[in-house]
Amino acid sequence: MRMDKFRMIFQFLQSNQESFMNGICGIMALASAQMYSAFDFNCPCLPSYNLVYGLGILFVPPWVLFLLGFVMNNNVSVLAEEWKRPTGMRQKDPAVLRYMFCSMAQRAMIAPAVWISVTLLDGKCFMCAFSTSVPVEKLGNGSYSGLSEKEMRRILARIPCEEIYNGRELVAREVAVRYLRCISQALGWSFVLLMTVLAFLVRALRPCFTQAAFLKSKYWSHYIDIERKLFDETCTEHAKTFAKVCIQQFFEAMNMHMGLGHTHSPEAAPSEVGEEKEKLLGITDQRTMNKLLKSWHKCKPPLSLHQEVLQNGNGWVEDNQHRNHIGLPKREIVTYYSKV
Amino acid sequence: MDRFRMIFQYFQSNSESVMNGICGLLALASVKMYTSFDFNCPCLPKYNMAYGLGIMCLPPMALFLCGLILNRQSLVMLEEWKRPTGGRKKDLAIIRYMCSSIMQRAMIAPVIWIIVTLLDGKCFVCAFSGSIDPEKFVGFANITPTQTQLLLSKVPCKDDELMKNNPARKAISRYLKCWSQGLGWSVLLILIVVAFLARSLRPCFNQAAFLQTRYWSNYIDIEQKIFDETCCEHARDFAHKCILHFFESMQQEIKLRRFNAPMEEVDRGEGEEDHLRGITDQEQMNELLKSWYYSKPPLDVSQATQWQQSVGRERLSMPWADSLSNRGNAPQKAKTSRQTDV
Repeated sequence: MRMDKFRMIFQFLQSNQESFMNGICGIMALASAQMYSAFDFNCPCLPSYNLVYGLGILFVPPWVLFLLGFVMNNNVSVLAEEWKRPTGMRQKDPAVLRYMFCSMAQRAMIAPAVWISVTLLDGKCFMCAFSTSVPVEKLGNGSYSGLSEKEMRRILARIPCEEIYNGRELVAREVAVRYLRCISQALGWSFVLLMTVLAFLVRALRPCFTQAAFLKSKYWSHYIDIERKLFDETCTEHAKTFAKVCIQQFFEAMNMHMGLGHTHSPEAAPSEVGEEKEKLLGITDQRTMNKLLKSWHKCKPPLSLHQEVLQNGNGWVEDNQHRNHIGLPKREIVTYYSKV
Repeated sequence: MDRFRMIFQYFQSNSESVMNGICGLLALASVKMYTSFDFNCPCLPKYNMAYGLGIMCLPPMALFLCGLILNRQSLVMLEEWKRPTGGRKKDLAIIRYMCSSIMQRAMIAPVIWIIVTLLDGKCFVCAFSGSIDPEKFVGFANITPTQTQLLLSKVPCKDDELMKNNPARKAISRYLKCWSQGLGWSVLLILIVVAFLARSLRPCFNQAAFLQTRYWSNYIDIEQKIFDETCCEHARDFAHKCILHFFESMQQEIKLRRFNAPMEEVDRGEGEEDHLRGITDQEQMNELLKSWYYSKPPLDVSQATQWQQSVGRERLSMPWADSLSNRGNAPQKAKTSRQTDV
């Protein structure tokens, strides 16, 4: 039962690019939280470095996660391709492009939002960045004299580092830490609330605006995605069939070239023998096989299937016209088309 | 188990997925290797830099080479590059495409190692603790430069007596770690921006030629695989025939030796499958096995097909007469030799 559920989920997520991206999106959000807890936060506790470090940890990883969300989304290249292609016989619809871009951007924004929320709710980053801006008059002994501005900043910069803090007389460390953490967590929760409200508004209000056009864009953007996937699959299938026929013809050509004439089976050959010989494709001794293997390396066959095989009007022949062609001697086609 | 099989099947579905899977496994292995590696800074003036930079740079090279080796496509690409032109022209664009695809995948695990190393910080602290400016930190006044260097190089070692209680140690350590993490995040950001630009801007340049190149490079890969499969099937059938023929020739020999003994086997019906192939006692089997070792049959089944048609008629053609007369001589070279002329 559990396996079935898992398989269903797996298949559902695979069904199209959007579902797949939802899966990736969820994984990246979890990875983002995990990365934060695995990351060894290390405040430098020096006056100007604190701000740079703290804000850097707050903002650089979200950009990394956002761009990573785009990189992992195959639709990025589909979008660029659709944007840049020549119009040809199919018109371009900017609404479809906009839909694809919005859909990608929304998904890519989840992991950064998770990182920022987790960072703010945890508080270390904020504390590191803004420890020098603590209001000493409110929290501690504001009238502590004998300290230059620079010296005070240096002491305040050490607040995040418990073991070296030496400003007990100025302001108690626990007080400052609690103050900063409170502000950080308030900001964090506000951020979460803001994101959720935005998401709700976008979701709830969209049907109020041009729903018909939206349905059209959604359909055609799915279509472009599926069309591209099917095209790639068809090309792969075609390459497989092409390769099979090419290799079979290579074996036959080698056979003919050796002049062994094994394709002419003797009279009254039992059907069993015929089938087995079919499988051997006419190559029945060591010397021939060695010659075949050597020829495979030294002189691969041209990428051009013989006309006889393509009698049923396969349209791919035109693609291969520009490739080289060995003139093979005309030969009678007695042979079998084995199901290689 | 079912889950693994499904994931396995998904990754096997085409060779690109296989390579992505290997790539991912190498990346995970890289992280695991780093966490299980017991980093051990020497804390001596000249050794620190060598050790730190060595740990940061040598494993990535090894991982890169591993990524190249494990990728099947690198062999295919090399073969395509080096083959004689023969009947098929070579297209350099395909080789370039395959090369860039292989390089990109091979670079992921080393990059992950470097970034994890920088974000962790131990390596950087070890390598550069001797290079900082002691003026910035308290506790280094009135000390000779040599002594300063010695003390600085002891910073990465927490338990060293000289620096254990020095407040500057933690400050220096934190300072270097901050630089290391800043560098790590910057490198990561730059790489992701480059990857994003490469991915989104590619369709803007020569998309049609790109589609062609991609198709034909995929074709070459598939062709190689199918050729290998065809050769395997062929070898199997070849071996089957060769061995069948060997058993039959043994059977024939035994019949010859006792042509007046009752022949129950011959009267067997045509349609029945005779797995014993006429070898029915220990002596015969031993004879067969000895003959298989000392005198393997030639690699030529073209006559075997003729032979099969004439089964039942006790007719010997030339090559078998030779081998029969030489049976029992130790070790005999086979008639048509086993040397290859490749």
